[in-house]
Amino acid sequence: MTSTSRGVALQLEGVRRVFDNNRVVIAGMDLQIDPGEFLAVLGPSGCGKSTLLRMIARLSEPDSGHIRMQPDGEPFQTAFVFQDAHLLPWRDVLSNAALPLELMGEAKLTRLEKARAVLGQVGLLEALDRYPAELSGGMRMRVSLARALITEPRLLLLDEPFAALDEITRFHLDVQLRELWQGRGMTVIFVTHSVSEAAFLANRAVVLGGKGAAIQLDRRLELPAVRNNELRGDPRLGQEMRLLLGAIEE
Amino acid sequence: MKFLAPLVPLVLLTAISEFLVREGFVRAYLIPAPSDVFRAMIDSRLELAQALLSTSAGSLAGFSMSALTGIAIAVLLSSSRAVQRAFYPYAIFFQTVPLIAVAPLLVIWFGFGIQTVIASAFVASVFPVIANTLSGILSTDPPLRDLFKLYHASPLATLFKLRLPAALPQVFTGLRVSAGLAVIGAIVGEFIAGGGLGSVVEIARTQQRIDKVFAAVLLASLLGLGLFGLINLLSHLMLRRWHASEQPQ
Repeated sequence: MTSTSRGVALQLEGVRRVFDNNRVVIAGMDLQIDPGEFLAVLGPSGCGKSTLLRMIARLSEPDSGHIRMQPDGEPFQTAFVFQDAHLLPWRDVLSNAALPLELMGEAKLTRLEKARAVLGQVGLLEALDRYPAELSGGMRMRVSLARALITEPRLLLLDEPFAALDEITRFHLDVQLRELWQGRGMTVIFVTHSVSEAAFLANRAVVLGGKGAAIQLDRRLELPAVRNNELRGDPRLGQEMRLLLGAIEE
Repeated sequence: MKFLAPLVPLVLLTAISEFLVREGFVRAYLIPAPSDVFRAMIDSRLELAQALLSTSAGSLAGFSMSALTGIAIAVLLSSSRAVQRAFYPYAIFFQTVPLIAVAPLLVIWFGFGIQTVIASAFVASVFPVIANTLSGILSTDPPLRDLFKLYHASPLATLFKLRLPAALPQVFTGLRVSAGLAVIGAIVGEFIAGGGLGSVVEIARTQQRIDKVFAAVLLASLLGLGLFGLINLLSHLMLRRWHASEQPQ
């Protein structure tokens, strides 16, 4: 957790979600997330990770239970990064990144200025007038990240954002995401399949599994605050990965 | 080369039909020799030019109405599942009514003249615009819909900034089909209401001027082709930077 956290705190109480075919995806989950925490959510495919993320984003409602956010009621404090970049293909990079502010009614000059600044943070200043079809997968994902960050969210939700990327690009984006989180002090919930990515990025990891997305493991990762590529060969990272993998395989 | 390729079958077909008619294998009152059609075009150039202008006006007006009304109807139908269930079957029903049977009614409602031709072109060409636009709007990428929901976008903002632009490739598919149908609709309208190439075909047929009939049909086809080309150009200009259909293979 960063010392200057402006992230939200989240409290999930008895959260339950049942799909239309009566399949219980999440059966009464309790989870407390502190402000400014970087939480990784792991688990096998179809275990309810994305459903959980959608409910936290209020894109779908739990059938019972509560999700409380503190502070609450502030508009546009949550941002979401999807599995693929999902950019508007008919807009260039600059206006894709500025989209959230446009929807919020921000004046054109201000929003484009902010979009330039946030695209600079993700290293895309030379691609402002390019279209998504003209970008690599990694660049598209960085635009998606910039679009999420432009509203200066207190809560950033990421649903397996780097899953489709090659390993080198993923390593690079992992480091970049971690730096952005440290600089901004927001709360991050990162859903992933990758044990190595979860251990590298997060301060805390939750492993879901079994029926109804039961929490198999909830662990604070004992790793240094500064994460760079040197850490990838560190035995402490290997130890954390083994623990997480063990919980998934149980 | 790209533009020359379609000319090869045209030249071949023209040469073969000229040969077949000249040598008496095909009777000239059934299929005229291409040179006779060309001659009919030159001889009746003023009449044909005026007719082409009139059919072009009727087709373009009917097609424009179809494009605007079709997109508006698709937007309305996409507003809710209930609206769609209630009204979409009527849109399909509208499409299945045979135009040739409805055309006399159009004359009763709109009288003789261009207005019936426009109405006929509209009736013939509106459905592909509705069906394709609706399909495009409904197949908007769900995560993008979620994104707009996350930022509390208004229904109007979602429509104009997401759903309609996302539907554009399919709108153009509908417009391409609709362009050809508008010309067919206009010609059918002219059979009943008079004027334009439809009228030229009808009169030349009764005079056994098969060469002139072919000349008018050829011009009508070229008109459809021109309209199709116009839509292709527009589609290229609007989609070339972002949609696979307008990018080099």
